[in-house]
Amino acid sequence: MKSALNISQSETATATKKETSFLPILLGLLFAAGFAASTWYTFLSPELEKRTSYMLFLAELIGFAFAVVKTKSWKSFGVGLALYTVIAGFMGHVPRQDILNETIRNLYFHVPMWFGMIIMMFVSVIYSIKYLRKGELQHDNVANSFVETATIFGLLGLSTGMIWANYTWGHFFPAKEVKLKFAAIALLVYFAYLILRGALPDDIKKARISAIYNIFAFPAMITLLYILPRMFKDSLHPGAEGNPAFSDMDLDNTMRVVFYPAIIAWTLMGVWVASLKIRIRNVQIRLWD
Amino acid sequence: MELLRHIGLLLKKEFTLEWRQRNSLYSLLLYIGGTVFICYLSFALKTNKLGPITWNALFWIIFLFVAISAMTKSFALEKKERNFYYYYITSPEAIILSKIIYNIILMVVLAGLTVGGFTMVMQIEILDPEIFLLNLLLGAMGFASTLTLVSGIAAKAEHQGTLMAVLSLPIVIPMLLVLIKVSNHAIDGLSRGLIEGELITLGALNVIVVAVSYILFPYLWKS
Repeated sequence: MKSALNISQSETATATKKETSFLPILLGLLFAAGFAASTWYTFLSPELEKRTSYMLFLAELIGFAFAVVKTKSWKSFGVGLALYTVIAGFMGHVPRQDILNETIRNLYFHVPMWFGMIIMMFVSVIYSIKYLRKGELQHDNVANSFVETATIFGLLGLSTGMIWANYTWGHFFPAKEVKLKFAAIALLVYFAYLILRGALPDDIKKARISAIYNIFAFPAMITLLYILPRMFKDSLHPGAEGNPAFSDMDLDNTMRVVFYPAIIAWTLMGVWVASLKIRIRNVQIRLWD
Repeated sequence: MELLRHIGLLLKKEFTLEWRQRNSLYSLLLYIGGTVFICYLSFALKTNKLGPITWNALFWIIFLFVAISAMTKSFALEKKERNFYYYYITSPEAIILSKIIYNIILMVVLAGLTVGGFTMVMQIEILDPEIFLLNLLLGAMGFASTLTLVSGIAAKAEHQGTLMAVLSLPIVIPMLLVLIKVSNHAIDGLSRGLIEGELITLGALNVIVVAVSYILFPYLWKS
């Protein structure tokens, strides 16, 4: 991953090679689309549903292993998994639950957003620490790009959660749901980070101070998302306050084969977005200085 | 030992500075008095009585804003030239620790004044005063140590008044929510065993914040 994030002089040299590597990705996409279409008929017979879920998973695995070996790129792996998540997520077998019904499919999109956000925040904290130790502006660039992408992920997680809440709990922002409130506050912390960056004119000062704030904010976010919800207990989320957790009754194996790849897929998508941001900024720096 | 001696000297300097520029202290006192009086008038307390939950929420919101306005000036008052002087004679660790200790003392005094003013104007019966005061003490310490580093960050930027509020509010909210919960328990006089975990969390948060400030402040100080 480091080689993908470190944009050096060799970037221009490898640019031509990168461009050609899109063809296998397209091939992978075609492969996935074709397979999805061919399995569409099997889905029409309900008793085969579970078996086809597994079949879809296996075939996708082979197809994308093929694509990855061909392109030698984690990006095609990410695209493949994301595509698989969308196709299998909407078409695969899910358990029938009373209130949840079909909304249970939101699990593949809502939960991985938070996983991805936490992972990217963690990466950005590591790069902030690196910046404070070594003082290279590139590290600040990485940290900032990851925070920005993670904030977008947080917003997506919040909005998917709100839509889900509207259909299952009857309200976009239920009063008896602390996790939602704390997640919103955690996002405020990172909006404050973005405002702080805007308020500092000098580049080096901006890098140093926002790195300090980023490290300071991370424990606050962990407290908000993991410690306080356990303490307040006013939660409608599964797994809280005696509510059944997904892993207990809902998350059967047919969901697992989509859910775990979904986490990897959306995290890789986030890393890709962040790496694009990093490269755009590097180009800007080179053009303007 | 060198560190302790420096902290002692810097603390002495803080007290002398505060005493020489008393107007900032007086303005804080006026702030507390003014807000308490406004609450008294706007709730029409001659005829009404506030419920414990409203009282509690009002108290903590006012205390939070007292804390923010008290901490904003902790780095803003010093002149740039003087900061250079400190840079040569002492270590950043001594400076941040002395600032935190001084701010804790200031916040404890202000907390006492706020709760005194509040109970004087809006009578309320606190059934478990020990826990309430312990919680208040932890809250004052937590606010002081969190906001000291944030005010150091905000002092580096241009319009620091708004920035201070924007940066500190979300970071303080987790602590504030636990404080409000514990103090609700204390006012209602519920069993102490129920909030043991919360008190421990508050203490742990304080320790984490001080440790993080201690590690991060040298980098802030260098710029």
